[in-house]
Amino acid sequence: MKVGVLALQGAFTRHCDVLTALGAVPLEVRTPVDLEAVDAMVIPGGESTTMSMLLDSSGLRTPLAGRMADGLPVLGTCAGMILLAVRVTDGRPDQRSFAAIDIDVRRNGYGRQVDSFEDEFPVAGLDGPFHGVFIRAPVVERVGPTVEVLARVDTIPVLCREGSVLVSSFHPEMSGDGRIHERFLDLAFSV
Amino acid sequence: MSDVTRATGTQLVKRGLAEMLKGGVIMDVVDPAQAKIAEDAGATAVMALERVPSDIRRDGGVARMSDPEMILGIQEVVTIPVMAKARIGHFAEAQILQALDVDYVDESEVLTPADEAHHIDKWAFDVPFVCGATNLGEALRRISEGACLIRSKGEAGTGNIVEAVRHLRSILGDIRRITLADQAELFEWAKRLQAPLPLVQEIAETGELPVPMFCAGGIATPADASLVMQLGAQAVFVGSGIFKSDDPAPRARAIVETVTNFRDAAMVAKVSRGLGDAMPGLEMGSLETRLADRGW
Repeated sequence: MKVGVLALQGAFTRHCDVLTALGAVPLEVRTPVDLEAVDAMVIPGGESTTMSMLLDSSGLRTPLAGRMADGLPVLGTCAGMILLAVRVTDGRPDQRSFAAIDIDVRRNGYGRQVDSFEDEFPVAGLDGPFHGVFIRAPVVERVGPTVEVLARVDTIPVLCREGSVLVSSFHPEMSGDGRIHERFLDLAFSV
Repeated sequence: MSDVTRATGTQLVKRGLAEMLKGGVIMDVVDPAQAKIAEDAGATAVMALERVPSDIRRDGGVARMSDPEMILGIQEVVTIPVMAKARIGHFAEAQILQALDVDYVDESEVLTPADEAHHIDKWAFDVPFVCGATNLGEALRRISEGACLIRSKGEAGTGNIVEAVRHLRSILGDIRRITLADQAELFEWAKRLQAPLPLVQEIAETGELPVPMFCAGGIATPADASLVMQLGAQAVFVGSGIFKSDDPAPRARAIVETVTNFRDAAMVAKVSRGLGDAMPGLEMGSLETRLADRGW
């Protein structure tokens, strides 16, 4: 189970630690060559504008889009969710996303850093609540008909799935709880 | 349910933003136009200040928190986090910055200290703080006061990397030595570092600082950024190095690409080509004021 973790910028080492603890083999992905070796992909939190720029300069954008179109399973957290959405509001006008899951998001929709928060919420299919960390998090404003909402906070979707694409507006790598990653690995490798 | 369990301003949330800034470049900017250039170049955050350190050094006088109007102007034009500096010990400036919704407060030696004995009690704030450190003891004292991110100080406004290297090596070298110490030696380490014992014990166990550590002070070229990342910094602050250079935008972008690919010398060579002149540098011996000596 070689799981690529996009390592252009952000909290990628945290994801690698969680994946390792679950018995998967994380590989940091910075180039198109790195991407060839992976069977699934994590797009971590960080700054989506920075990552978007680096996706172009690294030459990763086109091959990554291609792999996803061929069904590469992807987990996107926070900035990763933004990069996988269809439409992004309050982003930069030149910011481009992969449209890998049929949702629209508002960047920094919960506010600035002083509004960042932790919260507990139930997740469909998990026993017991999950403790989520939301940091300048995006708000999901539209969910397409084929998207399954797995968790909400105050009616707003925070964890969504479509096919083998799983996205969260919170940071499951920050909670010391591997259940969201475990869910992703099941999704990616159970077939 | 969520109304009961929701919490803001926690250590996890404050340190979390620092985690998100890892592998990135935080750039000093003095106006909205520079902030835009920084964001376009891929900065993960901007530091809003009235004068970059090299100008503070040249002009002298008392350097204070920036005009709120200027900070608001910068917040309006960029989508990335906006940080701003408060004077060491000046908790009223920090309160104002928190009221302005800045994303991180830098209690910074680049500004003129307001208190010669006390740093700000950073636990009293919801906004996270970054503080500078020249050695491990200083870093741990700042963390015990509530700092959620440490930056090695270097010597701001010089374009000279030598102090940043000294401070990084001092902090990371002592961390490595502490991991080899036995239980009895940890008490002595705490005494020598003038740092709380539980933090020293935590380092002995984990082998790293309890919060992320970035590097600041003297980074002028992509090679400088690569050097400090290879030494163990997790991200970089670039102050005068960008907007005091010949051609800021391409240099800013080159440093961003370097921090992502800092171990790939061929890549760093490629992005370093044709950047024009770096900022003029200063020898340490020629300095009247050592900013890094500020802080206690």
